[in-house]
Amino acid sequence: MGATKVKQIQPGIPRWRFALVAACLVVMCGALVVHLAKLQVVPSEDRGFEFLQEEGRARTLRTESIAAYRGSIVDRNGEQLAVSTPVSTVWANPKQLAQAADRLPQLASALGMSEKALRAKLKNYRNKEFMYLKRRVDPSEAQQVLALDVPGVFERSEYRRYYPAGEVAAHIVGFTDIDDRGQEGMELAFDEWLNGTPGKKRVVKDLKGRVVQDLALLEEAQPGGNLQLTIDLRLQYLAYRELKAAVAENNASSGSMVILDADTGDVLAMVNQPSFNPNDRKTAKPGTTRNRAITDQIEPGSVMKALTMMAALESGRFTPASVFQTSPGWIHIGGKTFKDPVNYGSLDLAGILMKSSQVGTTKLAMELEPDAVRDLFYRAGLGESVGTGFPGESAGKLPSRTRWHPVERANFAFGYGLTVSALQLAQAYNVIANKGVKKSVNLVVGDAAVHTEEQVVEEKVAKQVVRMMTTVTGDAGTGKRARVEGYTVAGKTGTARKVTSKGYSEDRHRSVFAGFIPADEPRLVAAIVVEDPGNEKYHGGDVAAPVFGKVMESAMRMLGESPESDRDPAKQLAAQVQKRETAI
Amino acid sequence: MAKRDFMRRLPGMGSELRRPASVWRRLHIDLPLLLLLMALAAFGLTILYSAAGDELHYVKRQSVFMVLAFVTFFVAAQVPLDIYRRWSPWFYLLGTAMLVAVLFVGVGAKGAQRWLEVGGFRFQPSEALKLAVPIAVAAFLHKRSLPPGFLTVFTTLLIIAVPAALIVRQPDLGTSILIAASGIFALYLSGLSWKMIGSAVGMLLLAAWPIWQWGLRDYQKQRIMTLFDPDADRLGAGWNIFQSKAAIGSGGLTGKGYMAGTQSQLDFLPESHTDFIIAVLAEEWGLRGVLLLLLLYVLIVARGIYISFVAQTVFGRLLAGSITLTFFVYIFVNIGMVTGLLPVVGVPLPLVSHGGTSVITLMAGFGILMAVATEQRRLTI
Repeated sequence: MGATKVKQIQPGIPRWRFALVAACLVVMCGALVVHLAKLQVVPSEDRGFEFLQEEGRARTLRTESIAAYRGSIVDRNGEQLAVSTPVSTVWANPKQLAQAADRLPQLASALGMSEKALRAKLKNYRNKEFMYLKRRVDPSEAQQVLALDVPGVFERSEYRRYYPAGEVAAHIVGFTDIDDRGQEGMELAFDEWLNGTPGKKRVVKDLKGRVVQDLALLEEAQPGGNLQLTIDLRLQYLAYRELKAAVAENNASSGSMVILDADTGDVLAMVNQPSFNPNDRKTAKPGTTRNRAITDQIEPGSVMKALTMMAALESGRFTPASVFQTSPGWIHIGGKTFKDPVNYGSLDLAGILMKSSQVGTTKLAMELEPDAVRDLFYRAGLGESVGTGFPGESAGKLPSRTRWHPVERANFAFGYGLTVSALQLAQAYNVIANKGVKKSVNLVVGDAAVHTEEQVVEEKVAKQVVRMMTTVTGDAGTGKRARVEGYTVAGKTGTARKVTSKGYSEDRHRSVFAGFIPADEPRLVAAIVVEDPGNEKYHGGDVAAPVFGKVMESAMRMLGESPESDRDPAKQLAAQVQKRETAI
Repeated sequence: MAKRDFMRRLPGMGSELRRPASVWRRLHIDLPLLLLLMALAAFGLTILYSAAGDELHYVKRQSVFMVLAFVTFFVAAQVPLDIYRRWSPWFYLLGTAMLVAVLFVGVGAKGAQRWLEVGGFRFQPSEALKLAVPIAVAAFLHKRSLPPGFLTVFTTLLIIAVPAALIVRQPDLGTSILIAASGIFALYLSGLSWKMIGSAVGMLLLAAWPIWQWGLRDYQKQRIMTLFDPDADRLGAGWNIFQSKAAIGSGGLTGKGYMAGTQSQLDFLPESHTDFIIAVLAEEWGLRGVLLLLLLYVLIVARGIYISFVAQTVFGRLLAGSITLTFFVYIFVNIGMVTGLLPVVGVPLPLVSHGGTSVITLMAGFGILMAVATEQRRLTI
């Protein structure tokens, strides 16, 4: 047994076989090493390590955006109108979340939603990579959800817009959508400026999309610019309060008021009814978000007579004392009859304006060149965009004709057949207030504002009309309820019939008042429009004029404008004497 | 046995000349091999720790298996070679029978049927064949006159082919190749004539086309095609390879640092703790780390070849050579496949990849290798 078992290897066979094996092994090992070296360290190998490293990076490195802080909107005194506050948004990758189905009840309760709703949402998004779970919540609330550490649930910081002035400045400021982009108003007009530039950072993400490491900040998020509006929030509040009260009191459907700084053309207040709460837009009814003062075109009616008077005086053929016979209180023109409420008899131009006589205005219009009135309207800024840049700003309609029908000439003269916005009306009155100088109207302070001045009407003419307009608020005028104690108010009322599908309505009206204060050295110019006053009183002098009076009374005090009586030495003395007497 | 009795009876061959039979002498341990294996096992666990990421249970499980494997290794080393040789037909028959059983009652995963389940315990019979086939072939050739004649070669090939074919059917091409290789190495070392080697290679080349056409499954063909044009289907069949190449390439010379590989740590690398584990090493330790691992492997293989070379019996020599060379095939195929040099076949990186049975089989093989190395002591004690 032993002989066969301990069998010696036959000489000659094995040695070189082992050598061959060893040689093979060396060659194979060499091949592996060469191949690995090609992959890892040999430069500029096609698809070598540079390429592979790039591929490796491409798998893990991602650029994430950093939310930029949206600029604030403030009023002319720096009061906040729109501010951004940090909030958190909780989102999920549905594919990952679906794998953690057992955690859903816990997650749902932390999110404050029903488990059923969460499951339904997850099902809807099952093929997606992203879905929101809860948007714009307090960061601490988001942390509670994240603390559960449910796979596939992430957080993102964002900013939420808050509007401290609420419904008062809602129309002019506008609002942003949930993605923080401007949707309406100045938020939309200056969206690019306010929005800023999102930053970028480099992060390492794993296969499941979790951010493992922040590598570097590539670009700092550039916060958006701040925007200063010409609005004076105090005046805005005041105008809003009075307009709202007037609309409610007169049972009206809507209304607008615009206040301009006579000197600079800045819009100091712009309010509308109805309004909405920009902080809770879910409750906003359609139509309430429109900035009517700037977007709605209206037929202004008799307020235009003040400008017609300028056209008349400009012609050189009439003076404020030129007399027209308005008896018998009605007139036939081109198959139409225009009536005054009563027979005013003989009226001079001032009287026509004071009484707002249709007959007088019609007779005057027949005497004037057909294009003279339209031309003056155009120079005062009608038929042309005001140029504030507000989204949806309307230019109004100021038709031009080669052949004017007598009815059209008469209509034009008392403010029919053309449309204007409340803002345009205020701008036109600002031309009168500035003695014929048209000033650009601005909504913003700063570089975006445009300042131009142009004498569009002779100063003398404008001054004469101002004097005529002060009689409107006199005891015999239509606008006496626009009066403010201690100041002279120049203005004009208007009561327009509204256009319905059946032509001009007999019982639906628009009450308008436009004017400025103090008459001689105007500080504020305002235009008020109230639509559809539903009570018996619907005249501009009864509905719109009182708003002017109430707002301006407070406004003058607020702006520290001393009453005219204080400036007139004679009146001052009389007042002092009176005071002393009452004191005694 | 007779021999030992005979030697004991010789005067002067006993106590005077030989050193005192210390524990080291009695234990059948080849110290260089043992140290190298322990170093490799430690290195392997270190890499696995990083590759497993937060799935620490892989490391724990592997550690337990490592301990079991070393125990197996020591036990296997103490068994006299004769016992392996005498029992070889039974190992072989039992193993083949289990392979047949797998085909009928086996269980499996991912479309492959590789396991037998007995009393709740799962094991892979093909692992046992990795040892049974080389032992059987070495034992068979041991009794024949060498170099082997045609009939001997034919019989040997049959011994190899039966289990290899059964394993291909599972299907498990990787294991099948390893087992076939282990038998063929033994055959080669026995002094197979060059004429036969030449004609075998020629036949293989002739058979290549039919094998491609009918012998391979679609996914196997796809893997081979991927090898030639890895970018053709980067998101499909080429995905694994491309990911692993990206990981290896991004390691560079020095690597990204232990536990700091982005591809492997962030789950981009598939199978990072099993077959593709070397990509983790390459990414985190760079080329230097890979060369260090290769050095360990080469030293172990060199030691194995040396043991085979100096072995006193044909059985020992063929067995040691076969085990060593198969070990090398493991390494070569695994690294080759992960680096895109060879098609993807499921071969783990020995003693580094996670996988309990593979570790135990490998260490049992090294135990046998050590039994060969220390057989001389058995003869001289």
